Amino acid sequence: MLRLEGITKIFGGLTALKDVSLSVTTGSITGIIGPNGAGKTTLFNIITGLYTQTSGDVYLNQKNISFFPPEVLAGIGLVRTFQNVELFGQMTVLENVMVGLHTKSHSGIFSCAFKMPGQIKEERYIREKALQWLEFTGMADLSGIQAENLPFGKGRLLEISRALAVEPRIILMDEPAAGLNSRETAGLAHLISRIRESGITVVLVEHDMELVMDICESIIVLNLGKKLTEGTPREIQENEAVIAAYLGDG
Amino acid sequence: MTKEKRQILIFLIFALALLITPFFLQGSYYLNVLVFIGIHTMLAVALNLLLGYAGQISLGHAAFFGLGAYISGILTTRFSLDPWLVIVLAAVCAATIAFVIGFPILKLKGHYLAMATLGFGIIIYIIFNETVSWTGGPSGLSGIPSLHIGSWIFDNDLYNYYLIWIITLAVMLLSINLSQSRIGRALRAIHDSEVAARVMGINARVLKVQIFTVSAFISAIAGSLYAHTMTFIAPASFGFNFSVELVTMVVVGGLGSIYGSFLGAAILTILPEFLRFFHDFDIIIYGLLLIIINMFMPGGLISGLQSLAEIAAAKMKGKTRGDA
Amino acid sequence: MLGGMLTFFFLVIFGLPLAPSIILAILISTIVGITFERLAIRPLKNAKPIRLIIITIGASIFMRGAAMLIWGKDTHALPAFSGNDPLYIAQATILPQHLWIFAITILIIIASRLFFNHSIIGKAMRACAYNAQVASLVGIDVKIMVMLSFAVSAAIGSMAGIIIAPLTMTSYDVGIMLGLKGFCAVIIGGMSSGLGTVLGGLLLGLLEALGAGFISASYKDAIAFIILLLILFFRPEGLFKKKETERV
Repeated sequence: MLRLEGITKIFGGLTALKDVSLSVTTGSITGIIGPNGAGKTTLFNIITGLYTQTSGDVYLNQKNISFFPPEVLAGIGLVRTFQNVELFGQMTVLENVMVGLHTKSHSGIFSCAFKMPGQIKEERYIREKALQWLEFTGMADLSGIQAENLPFGKGRLLEISRALAVEPRIILMDEPAAGLNSRETAGLAHLISRIRESGITVVLVEHDMELVMDICESIIVLNLGKKLTEGTPREIQENEAVIAAYLGDG
Repeated sequence: MTKEKRQILIFLIFALALLITPFFLQGSYYLNVLVFIGIHTMLAVALNLLLGYAGQISLGHAAFFGLGAYISGILTTRFSLDPWLVIVLAAVCAATIAFVIGFPILKLKGHYLAMATLGFGIIIYIIFNETVSWTGGPSGLSGIPSLHIGSWIFDNDLYNYYLIWIITLAVMLLSINLSQSRIGRALRAIHDSEVAARVMGINARVLKVQIFTVSAFISAIAGSLYAHTMTFIAPASFGFNFSVELVTMVVVGGLGSIYGSFLGAAILTILPEFLRFFHDFDIIIYGLLLIIINMFMPGGLISGLQSLAEIAAAKMKGKTRGDA
Repeated sequence: MLGGMLTFFFLVIFGLPLAPSIILAILISTIVGITFERLAIRPLKNAKPIRLIIITIGASIFMRGAAMLIWGKDTHALPAFSGNDPLYIAQATILPQHLWIFAITILIIIASRLFFNHSIIGKAMRACAYNAQVASLVGIDVKIMVMLSFAVSAAIGSMAGIIIAPLTMTSYDVGIMLGLKGFCAVIIGGMSSGLGTVLGGLLLGLLEALGAGFISASYKDAIAFIILLLILFFRPEGLFKKKETERV
């Protein structure tokens, strides 16, 4: 599904990623782990078109998407969430999800201003669909609340709801469990499994080892900008190099 | 859809109130002030689409207003073209300029964007002043014909009032529609987090340019109407101070509120009429207003009015409603 | 960085009027700079950027208006520092004031270079500009640094206003053009590069003079702004600077 070949990223003199290659199979949940500064978020930023890699290529279903900007990637079914929750704070929960349906609607400025019949129909569709996604994530009762007033855990959920509204084929989550309590984390694990069941491939960067070991089928370990190893949760847990990376260099 | 119906009702009441206002006024002075409020409302709404919704500042909007006015003025006085045709031409022309400069200019952020739009405004202002053979230079351009439909000429204040306000109301209605559509949501999304908006599939760069273009289009129409109702224009009306005044109107009324733009335009048009000293200190007052409103009333006056109205409504019904 | 940018906006636009004494003027504008930062910028640290921008614009036009109120709309000429008799150096006429401007500019450049590259406070300020969060982690008081940067640029801005006043006359609205051109020079040179700014200033002056000569003197100011726009469009990071990567 998603394949990276020899990704290298250099900031000024600092090599953040060096020759990272990996692939994610369709319909799986893949975890990317590694100590702080391993380059996980940088990797996400490259895949999602926010950074441009110094060298290497990114493929989505055999298609080279190396230099696609994020708005184009959303259109072909690749979407992400952010480590520091990037919500549209001044908008309601429902409106946030409605923005997620942007690529699923097409009315232009003219037909929106003049409320053309097609636009009214489309607007109704957007609203219904957004409510459906909020029900899927269990947030329907919060739909009228302004996003910046949500508690942190709900903000995370909203971000996922909004990303799902794009109807992606693959979703990248940057530390979805960070800042959540254990009950919320359990809910998140359940939600991620349901997302996968609906046919969406999931990739997550995560520090919560329990969550990663629990739900991921395959894990990729990054350390100091290089791929250390990859394998099933069991293989990773027993890998000496991984343990050394976490305990040793920190 | 009770919320939607209530909004339609509010707009109808608002429109009706404005349309019957002339029957309660005596003398052309007040009508004249109201005509100005109408033109300013159009401009404030146009700027608000850019500043309040998309969150992109422009310190050069007076330039688009001026372009509309001068293109109308020049083409009707020197080439005797039909004024209605010229209004459309002027708007298309200003919109084209906005579209062309929009791509490089809206790539800039924050203070850089402010400086660039300011620079654009000043360049246009200098051109108005210096191309004397076309614009009449600093002393202005006079003899611009009034608009007419058949033999019906808009040459008195009452006709002008209706001409301006019907168009202003149309602009307001269309802008309200726009703001509540997927485009409006996309603009606000860009305002709140451009990165997240892009990840959601919004082409932020193109959308910003589009709204800048629409904003310039409306501003130019306001400029043409201004030229035809005043029949005289001079560069001084389209300078830096006026750009700042427009920003002040939008901020005072409320960023991201169409009715707020009306309120801001009304207040900043009426104040100088009643406070004679205003003229000497206008720029100080704008500066102060910009600082104070931003620090203490981020939603502008309209949000204050709204919460007052909500409290009043709650008291009257004896219960609070959790309406968003 | 916020501090430097904002100050530019509001202080350099503030054209300094006839002042009883230069020191006092620098002092006052420094205080104004600090007060502004404390009253308007600091309480809104976490507000939307658009609000901060609007506030700085508000402040800059307020200052301009206030100057107009206090000193009136008439223009004032400052006496030149050392007489108006032109000097003749190798067939070129130079006003003594020109020399003053040259000398003081060079002094300021050298001083700021020394300050930023060799003093602890200067280095700390640069660290804040680069990454405020990390700077605060290593124990730099970011708030004080922001305030200081306001003060420094306020002082330099008013100094510039004073040395140029005898040449151009000064009035309440002289600041806006000068300020904008100063901004042009900074953009052309690239932010936070002292030498770049000077080169930018020279280039701008040269192009302006050439344009005025070849096209028309009345478009002199327009030329400055066209250059500004072109630079902003094509090389927003300045002519003499390498591109920086933005952090997401």
